[in-house]
Amino acid sequence: MPPDSTPAAIAAPELPMSAPPSLIALFVAFAKMSLAGFGGVLVFARRGIVDQQRWMTAEEFNGTYALCHFLPGPNVVNLSVVFGSRFRGIPGGIAAFTGLLGPPAVIVTFLAALYAHFGEIDALRRILAGVSCAAVGLLISTVVRMMMPLFKRRDLVGLAVLAAVFTAIGLLRLPLPAVLLAGIPLSIAITFVKRRRAAA
Amino acid sequence: MNSQSNPIWSLVFSFGVMSLFAVGGANSAIPEMHRVAVEVQHWMTDKQFADVFAISQLSPGPNVLIVTLIGYSVAGVAGALAATLAMCVPTAVLAYCMGRLLTRSSHSPWPAMIQAALVPLSIGLMGASGLILALTSDRTWTAAMLTAVVAALAFATRLNPLWLLLAAGCLGLAGVI
Repeated sequence: MPPDSTPAAIAAPELPMSAPPSLIALFVAFAKMSLAGFGGVLVFARRGIVDQQRWMTAEEFNGTYALCHFLPGPNVVNLSVVFGSRFRGIPGGIAAFTGLLGPPAVIVTFLAALYAHFGEIDALRRILAGVSCAAVGLLISTVVRMMMPLFKRRDLVGLAVLAAVFTAIGLLRLPLPAVLLAGIPLSIAITFVKRRRAAA
Repeated sequence: MNSQSNPIWSLVFSFGVMSLFAVGGANSAIPEMHRVAVEVQHWMTDKQFADVFAISQLSPGPNVLIVTLIGYSVAGVAGALAATLAMCVPTAVLAYCMGRLLTRSSHSPWPAMIQAALVPLSIGLMGASGLILALTSDRTWTAAMLTAVVAALAFATRLNPLWLLLAAGCLGLAGVI
């Protein structure tokens, strides 16, 4: 996972921002980012929005992304809506949303149909078995990378919250809504108290 | 939920609720997807769930499109469409409203505080995703080894993940797994 705090457009800081994009431009731009994005669209979204189209500065992008990361749901989907609607209102949000999801959803549906017909073929089963092992490995490496800052800061409380959620969902298999309805207020309260103490 | 005859509504309901609880993105919701699709609704087997995850990682587009694959396996193209919209529209509407709200009062300390509070939660959820997927995918010692090697390579190097997925697919085809 690339560090999201480093602005990517340092090379050309003084170039003027582009004019606000049209609806079609929004659709096409998000479709392109989405189709380029294997295993995560965010890197491509930053490249497209900040570096290529110059619709936002790196700071504006980071601010928008921070908002989308704190909201629930798929982050890039949230980003497309917030971004599109900032320029063109609700139609802009819809154009970016459908650009991001429409074309890849068609491809994935096609793959799903292929899987439904040919999923029992031995060669395909073996390939998918290999790919899924690797995909799990990739996910685990992302999790470890995300944990590193907590270890470096010796954030024991954060690590305890992390372990509690992992146990509740991964080991006890409790339903997600129940765990989060208890966990979110608790974690916010802990963070609040910690910051108060740090400030005092 | 189980008594509903039309599987489309059950997809819409399950993913619509999940959408609002997917803290940290689609990968955080994988344990819940597995719980609903395999354990509660019996839409698919463990093996199919692992396959669907593999296909979603191999295809372009956001990771959330795993729900498109689950939806298709339940109710064909209509199911794929229903699952995708149910997972994406509620949070998109929420994002739109919050986007408008927060541009006005961006000096409040609360968004940053809530975000900091959600970080350990979302890492815990993704860790649980890793565990559940490892349990469904890694049925043999060699499979578990492959997962460990890919995790180490992805952590230590900047290799494009797509190459790792393709290499593992070749190993699988060769019958190593």
